[in-house]
Amino acid sequence: MAVGPRALEAAGVPRLGSLARVREWWEREDVFGYGLILPALLLIVCLVAYPFGMAIYFSLSDYWVGSPGEFIGLKNFQDIVRWDVFQRTVWNSFFFTFCAVVLKTVLGVWLAMLLFRTFKFKRLIRGAVLLPWVLPTALSMLAWWWMFDSLYSVVNWTGIRLGLITAPGPNWLGVTEYAMAAVIAVNVWRGLPFFAIIVLAGLVSIPREYYEAAEVDGATAWGRFRHVTIPLLKPVLAVVILFSTIFTFSDFNIVQVLTRGGPVNTTHLFATLAYQQGLVGGNLGQGAAISLFLFPGLAAVVFFQLRYIRRD
Amino acid sequence: MQVGVRSRRAKALSAAWGYANIVPFAAFALFPFYFMVITSFKNDAELYNLKAVPFLIQTGVITDHYEYLFFKTEFWTWMKNSFIISVVSTSVSLVIATLAGYSLARLRFPGVNAFGTAVFITYLVPPTLLFLPLSQVVVWLGISDTIWALIVTYPTFLVPFSTWLLMGYFRTIPREVEECALVDGASRMQTLTRIVLPMAIPGIVCVILFGFTLTWNEFTYALTFISQTQNKTVVVGVTADLIRGDIYYWGSLMAGAVLASVPIVAIYVFFLDYYVSGLTAGAVKG
Repeated sequence: MAVGPRALEAAGVPRLGSLARVREWWEREDVFGYGLILPALLLIVCLVAYPFGMAIYFSLSDYWVGSPGEFIGLKNFQDIVRWDVFQRTVWNSFFFTFCAVVLKTVLGVWLAMLLFRTFKFKRLIRGAVLLPWVLPTALSMLAWWWMFDSLYSVVNWTGIRLGLITAPGPNWLGVTEYAMAAVIAVNVWRGLPFFAIIVLAGLVSIPREYYEAAEVDGATAWGRFRHVTIPLLKPVLAVVILFSTIFTFSDFNIVQVLTRGGPVNTTHLFATLAYQQGLVGGNLGQGAAISLFLFPGLAAVVFFQLRYIRRD
Repeated sequence: MQVGVRSRRAKALSAAWGYANIVPFAAFALFPFYFMVITSFKNDAELYNLKAVPFLIQTGVITDHYEYLFFKTEFWTWMKNSFIISVVSTSVSLVIATLAGYSLARLRFPGVNAFGTAVFITYLVPPTLLFLPLSQVVVWLGISDTIWALIVTYPTFLVPFSTWLLMGYFRTIPREVEECALVDGASRMQTLTRIVLPMAIPGIVCVILFGFTLTWNEFTYALTFISQTQNKTVVVGVTADLIRGDIYYWGSLMAGAVLASVPIVAIYVFFLDYYVSGLTAGAVKG
């Protein structure tokens, strides 16, 4: 080894110092590739994968804030499954997600088709429609909270003046059914722009010739929508519905600000119940068990994404 | 399209139909903000008068709610915290994600696809799944209840998202450009910083915009990890600390909501097209 470099030097080739050797090593494609990905990987391992493991451990222990507990097996799960508030939460989560996603899909396709038409002020209209998605949700929830106020609700004021509801109007956030309806409506308000913009991108990519051909064949507007637009939008719709399902299912902000799970714990979703139980109540074990119920849904969506969508 | 066949009348009708449909959507989207602004300038007597028309300000515009916010609360401290947290965590995430995104999109090494999948899965993990264990992690790190708790945890959702977004942009850059640079003797790092990055500027702008927006708007972690008033972000400060007891001071609450939204609205108005393209490219968190 000691002879090699000196021999090279004698032959007029510059000696490879250790720094140069490191540099050369760094230029290898695989080394460079792993090197660049290392910070992201460390972050994912330390702050995503490890906490996820902890969540599983918490859920299997009687861990309270400030007192590391002991392993208790599936007791937390057995307890929450029997708890009526949790049972209600399971139902709420599915009901909320189903209604919100269906409404967002239908209205989103409709809105996208409207945005696709040529308008004056196209940019302005697009900007207005996208705004709810961009602004801080927690803050726009404050506005909705005020709009649903039990006494000064502007929704009721308008409804009464238009003769749609009788005075004094529903106490939106104080009665379970109304509160659920309000929370769903607000989720639709907030998630609709996302749907519309993505579906719009899908519409733009449909070749005009298909519509012309359908028109020549005498297809009506509905026929064109049914047999050209919808089939060609399917891949885009699949992606957007899957994404939206995950984020609607795991929603926290809307319920947390608007109802705090109330009245009397009847509008909780998994995330807000986990917050209330795990952090406000201090029972981290049970809180973690509740939040882990988000996982099967997430896993299913990831599976579908990887299996069917990322292929193309 | 058979434009020529259609009469002018039919065209006008169709346009009118379009507007008639789009206006309710726009009104639905905008009304809460309009109402926020209106409420923040109204005096309490009118605010709590059931006979007054809630859509208008009839008894004079006042700025009392804003003055209250400026002089009697920690509002500017919250704004400063939010600003520091957003800028630092977005910058850190941008650097980490640029490196990872380039590596995953361009370099060939064993396991690259598995890493790509891992990033994608992390990207789909909702923050609400991890906030309980993370709240303990920040306690162990000794940064609980400081703005560092958020600076450290925000990259957990920013990095996967930004990596994913940037991978798309890096893939659109022709490979030949890089190969030329390498052949000319540039190191790999120089190729990345001098050749590839300048070509991926739109992607980087997108990452900065979305990073700033997502961190500024973040609520779950900010609510969970911080309890001292002077360390809160503006979103949590306004939502949680302006409510005293059981009385809601709607005027100042709405004033806070308006002002805390201003930075995001300002950025949004200038960069609308980037938001739209980023959203379409897969910036879908939220």
